[in-house]
Amino acid sequence: MDLENQKRVKEFADQYGPENVVVLLGAAEGEASGLAAETVTNGDPTYAGPLTGVSLGLTVYHVCEPEVKAEFDPAVYDEQVSMMEMVLDVDDICNEMRAIREQYCKYLG
Amino acid sequence: MRHGSILRQCCESVRAAGRLLHRFIAINRRESTDRKIYLRKAVNPIMKSVIKGAGYILVHTPDMVLHNGTTQTTERIVNPDGEYLKELPSHLRSFEQTLSYWPNQVYIGNKTPDDLAAVPQPWCDKECDVKERFGHFGQIMPQEEFLLLMQACDVFDLVKLEQGFVDAHRAALAANPIIDESIMARIPEQQTAIDEIERLVKEEHSEGLYHQDKLVGCVNRAHDIDVNLSAHVMHENIVSKASSVLALLSGVKNAGIDKDEVEYVIDCCEEACGDMNQRGGGNFAKATAEIAGLNNATGSDARGFCAGPAHALVEAAALVESGAYKTVAVTAGGCTAKLGMNGKDHVKKGLPILEDMLGGFCVILSANDGVSPEINLEILGRHTVGTGSAPQAVIGSLVTDPLDRAGLKVTDIDKFSPEMQNPDITKPAGAGDVPLANYKMIAALAVKRGDIEKADLGNFPVKHGLTGWAPTQGHIPSGVPYIGFAREDILAGKIKRAMIIGKGSLFLGRMTNLFDGVSFVIQANSGESAESGVSEEEVKGMIAKAMKDFAATLMAQAE
Repeated sequence: MDLENQKRVKEFADQYGPENVVVLLGAAEGEASGLAAETVTNGDPTYAGPLTGVSLGLTVYHVCEPEVKAEFDPAVYDEQVSMMEMVLDVDDICNEMRAIREQYCKYLG
Repeated sequence: MRHGSILRQCCESVRAAGRLLHRFIAINRRESTDRKIYLRKAVNPIMKSVIKGAGYILVHTPDMVLHNGTTQTTERIVNPDGEYLKELPSHLRSFEQTLSYWPNQVYIGNKTPDDLAAVPQPWCDKECDVKERFGHFGQIMPQEEFLLLMQACDVFDLVKLEQGFVDAHRAALAANPIIDESIMARIPEQQTAIDEIERLVKEEHSEGLYHQDKLVGCVNRAHDIDVNLSAHVMHENIVSKASSVLALLSGVKNAGIDKDEVEYVIDCCEEACGDMNQRGGGNFAKATAEIAGLNNATGSDARGFCAGPAHALVEAAALVESGAYKTVAVTAGGCTAKLGMNGKDHVKKGLPILEDMLGGFCVILSANDGVSPEINLEILGRHTVGTGSAPQAVIGSLVTDPLDRAGLKVTDIDKFSPEMQNPDITKPAGAGDVPLANYKMIAALAVKRGDIEKADLGNFPVKHGLTGWAPTQGHIPSGVPYIGFAREDILAGKIKRAMIIGKGSLFLGRMTNLFDGVSFVIQANSGESAESGVSEEEVKGMIAKAMKDFAATLMAQAE
């Protein structure tokens, strides 16, 4: 994850409390989604950014996951996301995200 | 009665003459450009600009990966003793290895995108059967020649090279067919002693120039306190300029035109030159044209992150189509900062550092010659302020909206050329196959519109797409790598239309969160050249004759 984005995520977690922050990803690949999810939960696995060694444990989802899709107005989702849903390997992304959440998330309901 | 009838006829004729005169005056009152367009449109459709030729070059710069790529310079600050920096040198490729790398041979035109698509990925463990340094689009230049070319492109005596290094490689650069005596004459006989270069790097903040891990020169700062003229910035800018010179010379040569025919140059790289009072003042374009010997050219810089080249080409096409300039060159050099950008992933996965090449390109546009493929400015895709950043909205604005306006379907475009990044570089870094992702999005939108069946989704990238081959140098892979091939494919009758798509991440500049993009269509020539049109003088003559005839009629009626 971009170093500047890591900094912003960390600042939001400090400002609002980690239990009140949900990170929503839009990455195009399962691996990239998993890496970003790991960064905001367990810490930066590349040891480069401000989240190195910082386990925020934030709640994190990909926009194509069913839990997130259910929260949307279907018309908005169709206009904004449905094309990408057709393009992405949604199963792969969901599997990666679920695995990271189960392992590192601290605030799942 | 007879007199009354003549009077009525005269009154009607005077009214008609008045209407015609009014229209004529209205035409003449317009601004001259508007008037030209109006008159030309009235008699003859505007002649589209054509793609006269293109040049593509690469420069192998392994030492700049180590010393100038931002992934490496950042790592040197945050993790200087880490494993990555220790392991990195053993992953660098030799010049010969870069010559036998498939995507590089496609970039300079010795192999085609179709050839590349037939080679199973990954490509970095395979040798291309062509290992030529020169191709019909351009060349792959080795680092030692490029360092001399950098000095030739420096007009402020900032690039210092060690005497022995220059003596050893001067003949090689002089033998390069694209480099003429005027460029060689810019490299002084008297060079610098290594002791002085070491002192400059150590004491004067000069940026070291290395070859085979040995200091062989430096770029000095151009100002003691202005960070915009620091050695680092000057190095980055001179590299961009030198690689752009190489691309520009290749483009002009391939277009088969005289250097003096180029009237305007647009540079569309992602660097900025200027000082503390005008940080991005420019002008790379004119500076590059000077070294390339384009004495009749002026120029300016166009910027738009990775979308810069597509914006620049639309602007160039408009300049030619309007008649402002007959021949325009769009050119860009490479970027040192992006060298080894994904190096950490490549090293971690035991791969060579594949981002060791600077890229450059040049496209020459000229007035319609009746043969070369045309740029159709009537089918422009534009991502506007109000478009939004959802992928669906972006692809819609760049692909389907312009096609809708032209009454075309997605399948009417034979080949789409979006971001043509080499997947051999991006896939191991977790960014996937970028061109393929674009084709999937275009196909998905085509399904939503009913242009293709859902069952044809998988086949769409094969039929209407290309396999990426360009280095990940930001603006370099952005739509433009296919223009050279598109010209050939259209001339050979293989395809009729290609769409070039440029996209840019404006948020990186922290001035806006907006995304950006622009697209245009290249099509087969309609067969009408600019010479076959009717000139403004002829149009004026036609109007004058009509007025004269009308006056004669009026006089005859009065008699």
